[in-house]
Amino acid sequence: MSIRVRFFAGLRERLGRAETEVSADEGLTVQGVWEMTAGGEPLPASVLTALNHEYVDADRSVHDGDEVAFFPPVTGGQR
Amino acid sequence: MRVQICEAPFDPWAALQAYQEERRDDLGSFGATAVFVGTMRDFNEGAEVECMTLEHYPGMTEKEVARIVEQANLRWQIIDTLVVHRIGDIYPTDPIVLAAVWSTHRGDALDSCRHIMEALKSRAPFWKKESRAGSGRWVERNTSGYKAS
Repeated sequence: MSIRVRFFAGLRERLGRAETEVSADEGLTVQGVWEMTAGGEPLPASVLTALNHEYVDADRSVHDGDEVAFFPPVTGGQR
Repeated sequence: MRVQICEAPFDPWAALQAYQEERRDDLGSFGATAVFVGTMRDFNEGAEVECMTLEHYPGMTEKEVARIVEQANLRWQIIDTLVVHRIGDIYPTDPIVLAAVWSTHRGDALDSCRHIMEALKSRAPFWKKESRAGSGRWVERNTSGYKAS
């Protein structure tokens, strides 16, 4: 199966990539996607995870065609 | 409900008026409109900020704000809601966000507008990078909304 992976803001800059794609067998979790794409760094507790545009916990399973995103705490609105 | 992400500067008051005109028939007999406008300040944590760049997650941002508004609809009596949020390069005094709620009564309008803004700040995928003296810095967390005592 094929998964689209996206990174945003400070995390995108730190990892040096905005998006990538991973090929894997069924049974992979969001956490597993991070491990395949983030260069060996453990998933920081502060990093938020989304699956197909919705917040999920990192133990959620992913499926073919899914989009997984990792990003820092959000800072929208006005300060 | 309308959720709009804006790449160019926008006038919140003109957006509000245009939406209300456009939706007049559906707004029916509204008795209260609560409006919040967030504007970029020129100082943050004691240092002058020249420009701010707002990044977002296209697709998820709109859906997450819509989910926030739908949840507010379950809790308060809301007739309609308009949320407009800037992205891109923003300069001091530029409007950043508009949240407007039309309701029958002021309590529902004011409380739901406040709730939508607080939920937007903690859940909608936007990120701010501030530029000062030629270098950029990601804002790590939002403030509570009240002046620190």
